[in-house]
Amino acid sequence: MRAFFELLPPLAWFFLLYLAALAVLFVSAFWSVDPFTTEVVHTWNTENFREIVTSPDWRRVVYRTVGIAAAVTITDAILAFPIAYYMARLASPRMRTLLFVLVLLPLWSSYLVRVYAWKVILAQNGILNWSLEKIGLPAANIGYTNTAMWLVFSYIWLPFMILPVYASLERIPDSYIEASHDLGGRGFRTLRSVILPLALPGIVAGSIFTFSLTLGDYITPTLVGGASSSFIGNIVYNTGLGAAGNLPFAAAFASIPLLVMAIYLLLARRLGAFEAL
Amino acid sequence: MIESRATRIGLKVWTLLVVLFLHLPIVIIILYAFNAQTAQGWPITEWTTKWFSPTLHDEEMRQALWLSLKAAVGATVIALVLGSLAAFAIHRFKFFGRDMISFVFILPIALPGIITGMALNSFFVFWHVNFGIWTIIVGHATFCVVIIFNNVIARLRRTPTSLVEASMDLGADGWQTFRYVTLPTISTALVSGALLAFALSFDEVIVTTFTAGVQNTLPIWIFGNIRIGQQLPEVNVVVFLILIGTILPVTIAQRLTSESGILRTRR
Repeated sequence: MRAFFELLPPLAWFFLLYLAALAVLFVSAFWSVDPFTTEVVHTWNTENFREIVTSPDWRRVVYRTVGIAAAVTITDAILAFPIAYYMARLASPRMRTLLFVLVLLPLWSSYLVRVYAWKVILAQNGILNWSLEKIGLPAANIGYTNTAMWLVFSYIWLPFMILPVYASLERIPDSYIEASHDLGGRGFRTLRSVILPLALPGIVAGSIFTFSLTLGDYITPTLVGGASSSFIGNIVYNTGLGAAGNLPFAAAFASIPLLVMAIYLLLARRLGAFEAL
Repeated sequence: MIESRATRIGLKVWTLLVVLFLHLPIVIIILYAFNAQTAQGWPITEWTTKWFSPTLHDEEMRQALWLSLKAAVGATVIALVLGSLAAFAIHRFKFFGRDMISFVFILPIALPGIITGMALNSFFVFWHVNFGIWTIIVGHATFCVVIIFNNVIARLRRTPTSLVEASMDLGADGWQTFRYVTLPTISTALVSGALLAFALSFDEVIVTTFTAGVQNTLPIWIFGNIRIGQQLPEVNVVVFLILIGTILPVTIAQRLTSESGILRTRR
């Protein structure tokens, strides 16, 4: 009985507000806007989705977003695994705590500030081009490109990958690795057959964040992406809040990442990622 | 140690490079707060602190800062209540759908920000709610709950139930047990959770743009200025102050608990 009263406020908040809001979002994706009055018309139709699926421009936005989100996830997994391994298995306890704080601090420093830092670094007259020139290399000029977005996203979400991978590696008992060695598994074989499968839930847990957060972003594309590098988020932002407001269309576009993430979360659950969160 | 010498050296170098990668951009942007030029090029040739005073007296910036602080306090308070209530209930009782609930709590941060933002936006528009500080607080509280919830439930799981049983055996009633036993054991988890929730709310920009209406929070003020490239020296100063301002609470939170944040590690 007491648990019921304790649970009531948080559950009411999430069901009446958050899940209800998600439901409104999903339902309004099937509404439309009257072109003359710009009022939202509450009649059920799938026009918004048809437009997204059939228009090559919108499709390109979806592919770009999902593609970069996938690239960022893979990059972060590759960057994170060795440092997580070092933290979990080689570092002394003091070193481990230090590294832990060093990984957490960027995560909690302002997201916007970190994107801004990269905008300044990658600019034409920024420190990157300056350093390349100093060592005699041609300027990279990657500011305002897809490459810049890939780099900045990988940077921003990296701590979200390191921490769960570290947690999953830390839980592997030494004896497993010793047993593998005793049975003749050389370094790479042990890594592939023992460590990686056990670390997989951690990698998947991290990928939920790297993938999902990239999928739903519009700040980084706006600040470091080029002229034609809109993400799903930019379209939702522009059509949902912009002057030429079309809330139902924005809702339809926002349901794409919702759908992608729903599938992704189900798969992640299968792979045991939620235990690793 | 089973890893070969070469592997160990390789891992060490990799770790060092990743740590540098994580921190160099932050160090660089801190330096720009002292850049005398209005242009943001490198190298910085002339150093100054002249931008600090006009920034701190900028009326628009101050209003945005004030709104951000109020919203963060509101969101943190709501998240503290909802998050710890849920943690108590879920810790104490097993019931159908328990895992479902923790799953629902994590959704606002696990789902892309534009979904939460857009969903709340359509919800408020649907009910004809006017956008203002309360809509910002509602949005922020929704994704802050999980932080308090995770912090408190991790602490409760590590606290032996015998403490509460002993208190009850010694004749304390429910309230006394809560006041003298439960609350002290979870207090640092609450403080660190509150600090992190505050930091998360203070910094949030994606959900906020969808729930703020015409008002500016500090991140929205920064974003607006960066996007059109105006008032950059002032932005640099604000950025510097924010970085300094977040290092402190996060370090304190980290000291108070090892289980902090969205991603807890079980030790």
